[in-house]
Amino acid sequence: MAEFTMPSLGADMDEGLLQEWLVAPGDQVRKGDVVAVVETDKAAIEVECFESGTVGRLLVPAGTRVPVGTPLALIEAGAAAGARAGSRAPAAAPHERPEPRREPAREAPRAREREPAGRPVRTAAGPAQPQPPPPTPSPTPTPTEATAALGAGPLVRHLAELRGVDLTTLHGTGAGGRVTRADVEHAPSPHVSRVRSTPYARRLAHDLDVDLTEVRGTGDGGAVRAADVRAHAGKAAGEGERERPRNGARRTAAAVPAADRPEQRTDAMRRAIAELMSRSKREIPHYYLSTTIDLTAAVDWLRRVNRGRPPAGRLVPAALLLRAAALAAREVPSLNGHWRDDGFAAASEVNLGIAVSLRQGGLLAPVIHDADTLPPDALMNRLKDLVERTRRGRLRGSETSGATLTVTSLGDQGVESVYGVIHPPQVALVGFGAVVERPWAAGGMLGVRPVVTATLAADHRATDGAVGARYLTAVDRLLRRPEEL
Amino acid sequence: MSTVKPLTDAEATAVIKESITRIVPDADFSLVRPDDRFRDVLELDSLDFLSLVELLSERTGVRIDEEDYPELTTLADATRFLVGRSMGAAGSAP
Repeated sequence: MAEFTMPSLGADMDEGLLQEWLVAPGDQVRKGDVVAVVETDKAAIEVECFESGTVGRLLVPAGTRVPVGTPLALIEAGAAAGARAGSRAPAAAPHERPEPRREPAREAPRAREREPAGRPVRTAAGPAQPQPPPPTPSPTPTPTEATAALGAGPLVRHLAELRGVDLTTLHGTGAGGRVTRADVEHAPSPHVSRVRSTPYARRLAHDLDVDLTEVRGTGDGGAVRAADVRAHAGKAAGEGERERPRNGARRTAAAVPAADRPEQRTDAMRRAIAELMSRSKREIPHYYLSTTIDLTAAVDWLRRVNRGRPPAGRLVPAALLLRAAALAAREVPSLNGHWRDDGFAAASEVNLGIAVSLRQGGLLAPVIHDADTLPPDALMNRLKDLVERTRRGRLRGSETSGATLTVTSLGDQGVESVYGVIHPPQVALVGFGAVVERPWAAGGMLGVRPVVTATLAADHRATDGAVGARYLTAVDRLLRRPEEL
Repeated sequence: MSTVKPLTDAEATAVIKESITRIVPDADFSLVRPDDRFRDVLELDSLDFLSLVELLSERTGVRIDEEDYPELTTLADATRFLVGRSMGAAGSAP
């Protein structure tokens, strides 16, 4: 039995608001599944669980604010979960909690639904789940759990919401007429299809007037993600323009603000940033270095690579800059890690925090884990996806923590250099300015070349200037040989 | 490409504005004059701009290479570019 606790979603988080449970007792979960939505000062985050097994008791109801580390739910061990999933008669599991049985695996039923459409079932998310027995809503003792209207648990309500099923129209087959998951899944849903998707993707689909059944999912288990909906919306809009021009007005109207975010979040975020940055400047003796890097080779390389690629496959210079920043961090490990308990602890992986400015103001620094292992194309895809989800407020918990070095790039704002403030407990921050054309002397000749100013803010407790210099030199060298990146 | 149909100025401008709105949902076009650099006014970063190129080429069928990016600086330029390219592409289509 493991406890699922309120995670720390960033070094500056003390407490979080459990906004929504996406699972209910009895649900099977796998490591990495999103089980809840937690609201921090900065954003609503989709939180994954770190255990596989069966959800036991939910210890904290939705809508509760609790400190980091507070147990939120119990996860029963995976083996027990497997046995339980296989047992069909309630009598075979006398220890079972008084919960109506629910369909064990989350992917499989939907995978089946997708098959008729002739689409391959994606199992990239992990090992294939054993095929579960067909849903058997069997009578069980009345649940003791406090339940909402109609006795439907949060998962069932969530599912109903996702599928557009009106719970009041269902005949519950669970104990005391309680509506079970199977009831919802078997309910006719005239306008909404049974497609696995993230909550945000569904909302977005609604906003953009996209039919989710037509979208190819690229998320876990073929789940439709917001990016997929957007990609599809872009395509459909192009095609639909001629067929249904009247639709345009509706789309435009619906696509207006992504304002499912409360106004006050901006203030809360401002305070969180103020707190963290003040702490940084109070505790960290920063030193700063800067160098201007000739990007002729990198820009030429990008042009060659992008030529002939459709826009969706093109790279932007930021992808190369991040790649170089990550590789250089591997070369100079004493800038990559954390300052803890009066000492530096080097990290074994390079997890780049990426400073992303939000349109409504404020800043988040989501994390690309193991960035040094990703070639430029993969890094570009991660970057696009991460930035989009950051701005749409659909980050995953694992993407909010674990950064070992942060990169900020203000080039798009038109400035040439940025001297950052380190995010504690990290010990350095890399900054890139705009790629600009400047006079450049090389080999005794003056020419015009694309250049970028790379800066480093580093913690003088952890390193000295010579180490920082080594880092920027490495970035320079890497960017001059883009074909090796 | 046979998917390209000739655009009028009004159609091209509409496609551009709609595409930008996809990326910046609360884009306020009353702030953007035809000859303003819309990337600056609406704060599109390089990833946003790439998304815009993606949307424009998907929705109009017009091929947009990196060399064409400077044509997409202002609403007036971008409109002229899309109209011109859509005419050319449609004219040369079988």
